[in-house]
Amino acid sequence: MAGYVVLLIIAMSLIAYFVGRSSGLKFERANARSTHSRPGYHGAFVAVWVGIPALVLVLLWTFLQGPIVDRLLIASLPDQMTVGASQAQLDLYLSEIQNVVAGRLFGEPTAEIVAAAERLERWNEIARWAMLVVVAAIMIIALPFARARLAPRFRARNNVERVMSALMIFCSLVAIVTTLGIVVSLLFESFRFFEKVPVTEFLFGTNWEPQIPMRDDQVAGLGAFGAVPVFTGTLLIALIAMLVATPIGLLTAVYLVEYADNRVRKIVKPIMEMLAGIPTVVYGFFAVLTVAPAVRDFGSGIGIAVSPNAALVAGGVMGIMIIPFISSLSDDAIKAVPSSMRDGSLAMGATRSETMIRVLLPAALPGIMGGILLAVSRAIGETMIVVMAAGLIATLTFDPLDSVTTVTVQIVTLLIGDTEFDNPKTLAAFALGLVLFIVTLALNVLALSIVRKYREKYE
Amino acid sequence: MADTILRENIDWSNSRALAHRRRRHAADRRLQISGIVAISIAVGLLGVLIVSLIGTGYKAFVQTMVTLEFPIDPELVDAESPADGNYRLIVKNAMHALFPDVEGTSNLKALNEVLTNNVQFMVRDAVVADPSLIGGAVTLTVPASDPFDQLNKGEIDRDTPEAQRRVKDQQIVWFDALDAQGRISLPFNWGLFFNADSRFPELAGLSGAIVGSFFALLVCFLISFPLGIAAAIYLEEFAPRNRWTDVIEVNINNLAAVPSIVFGLLGLAVFLGFFGLPRSAPLVGGMVLSLMTLPTMIIVTRAALKAVPPSIREGALGMGASKHQVVMHHVLPLAMPGILTGTIIGMAQALGETAPLLLIGMNAFLTSPPGGILDASTALPTQIFIWADSPERGFVARTSAGILVLLGFLMVMNAIAIFLRQRLERTW
Repeated sequence: MAGYVVLLIIAMSLIAYFVGRSSGLKFERANARSTHSRPGYHGAFVAVWVGIPALVLVLLWTFLQGPIVDRLLIASLPDQMTVGASQAQLDLYLSEIQNVVAGRLFGEPTAEIVAAAERLERWNEIARWAMLVVVAAIMIIALPFARARLAPRFRARNNVERVMSALMIFCSLVAIVTTLGIVVSLLFESFRFFEKVPVTEFLFGTNWEPQIPMRDDQVAGLGAFGAVPVFTGTLLIALIAMLVATPIGLLTAVYLVEYADNRVRKIVKPIMEMLAGIPTVVYGFFAVLTVAPAVRDFGSGIGIAVSPNAALVAGGVMGIMIIPFISSLSDDAIKAVPSSMRDGSLAMGATRSETMIRVLLPAALPGIMGGILLAVSRAIGETMIVVMAAGLIATLTFDPLDSVTTVTVQIVTLLIGDTEFDNPKTLAAFALGLVLFIVTLALNVLALSIVRKYREKYE
Repeated sequence: MADTILRENIDWSNSRALAHRRRRHAADRRLQISGIVAISIAVGLLGVLIVSLIGTGYKAFVQTMVTLEFPIDPELVDAESPADGNYRLIVKNAMHALFPDVEGTSNLKALNEVLTNNVQFMVRDAVVADPSLIGGAVTLTVPASDPFDQLNKGEIDRDTPEAQRRVKDQQIVWFDALDAQGRISLPFNWGLFFNADSRFPELAGLSGAIVGSFFALLVCFLISFPLGIAAAIYLEEFAPRNRWTDVIEVNINNLAAVPSIVFGLLGLAVFLGFFGLPRSAPLVGGMVLSLMTLPTMIIVTRAALKAVPPSIREGALGMGASKHQVVMHHVLPLAMPGILTGTIIGMAQALGETAPLLLIGMNAFLTSPPGGILDASTALPTQIFIWADSPERGFVARTSAGILVLLGFLMVMNAIAIFLRQRLERTW
């Protein structure tokens, strides 16, 4: 329904545009010199006043209809069902009613539920038509009003431009709203988690067993939410990834900047871009399909037992993923060093390697460090490789051949297939997400500030 | 400037100096060689990745098929309602007719395991489409089941002991007999593109995932393209330099580096939890992806706008255009090729993104492609993830094939971007 209403709005706005434009043309024909705006702006003015309020209304309506109807529905249920009922119970009623409406019947619904389902269907129908009618009415009223304001001296262009500026400001605020949305939703769910599990246990506990009892009388599996082994696992895998990626990436950048001729650069650069463009799920499958068996065979060949989900496998493949990231950022950092320093060093008779190691790299160090920090933040936040190649059980170990788990793996496994956010198990995922967000944000801010300071130094 | 006079002729060719120089040049060569080694490792790893994917995946692009004649017994199918016939028995009889000496329920069951599980439905569809077949016979080419597909492709070794392989010796004899009759063929596997997901590897295809990814990318494009351009124009052309615009700018840069899974958490908590949008829907997937690509879009668009030389703006302003007219009529059209290139690259990134889609449930098992943006659906990367997690051996090849299809789409998108960049972008 909302789709048809949007189509209607688009059609009406087009009509409004041509109505406005024709008056604009009329003004121009009558006296072109004293007409302020071109006909197109008159048209756009009318179209804006017809289309935008209607569009805003439709958006609000679609987002608010569900919650409001649900509220009304709960209120309309008989008192003996709602008085004293918990929120979870009310939600259960709601989903049962919605299931009845959708035709998914499980067992025999009670008469109250069936009646409520009929009400829900009727109200939804009413709400849909009411939206159509209200939106159409708004547009039909707005059209003559906006048209009546048109006149030869009317500042249609300035009006339209003001609206467009406002729209553009609104669009650039979406980024802020997104950040706020992330922060608020993570904080909100994390607070609910910390009501059930103390913050200190989460941050400093060393036992991570995120199970919850399915029944109240269940003895086993009360669940433990000490996230330290999860954090150490994340750090271990990120460390392995950096140990793989930093030397290869840095040396690649050094070679490309200092030694390679254009021909080599033209071949290697696209290959690096290809490595960077491969989706992470592909790297994950590569780790499971090729790298893990290879590492296991090699391990058993020299007599070492390697876990099938060894941290080495996930970390190593993640390192491959990060190589192009480090090489392109180091490349930029080395190139940003003023060429006078390089020329001076070479003119003094230093070899290219001496120039690189004693002059260029020290000068580019802040930029390279910034790049490495960004890469660490990406390694910590990377999900698919570890979900597919790392383990699920949190062990407190730094043995790269053992199986460890990471923050992102835990978030995915805790949340897949779960929609109810009222138990510590799913809420724990949001607490982990909050930690992940804070850590990566801090790393990014630090890295960007280092890079910026360094750039100012040479500009 | 004769302060420093060389008091004696230094012999730069004495053995110490020579050795020193040689050491220095050796160090230089060492750095150069280690650079070459690093690049070779990176290139080699990419090569290993692609070779291992192609090596496991190419076999999924062909599918072992069995051509059989199914007599449609009028006693088993009622001409009034052809959909309700006992097609299981029809398939059984058809196989039994080829091997009349097979006796016993378990043997007959083993015989039928050569064909895919859903043959009865294929026969039913053929009969429903043409009820005149009742009483006659229909010849169909149907997929062989996964173990026999692998046997035919040489994945299952005939020399391994019977207890350790998934096909029995007797079944191999039957299969070879079918092959000898010319009933076995190995055509291109169109089902990989036109079938939806299935529990049976021989029937599983990517159509649901491709359609789902298309819808999600469409939503992502419709949101992030106009929003990104508008935000970029404001920040680049109109915004005053003050603390607020600085905040927005820093915020956008940081948002670009937030891990993708956090966007998944946002989508889960806000779009599904708060607004109650449907789970697993491409609409929600596209919205989450658009929030992720928005920073990229803004950064790319700003770069394209920045590349338009100020003389264009000054010229237009000098002719009496308003600030808005300068941007809309002159700067934006000139920046458009750059913006489009960046958009395609951003969309390619969004196409490969998996983690946030997992959290909003786009990893459901669905046997039909979505009909719209509100239907439950998978996407290409999540479908790959589902297949990679499946225990059946046939899914290993399917997963690699799915990845090759995904990489194919990405390569096409990037090629279009490169083409656009070379064709349309100008240097001033």
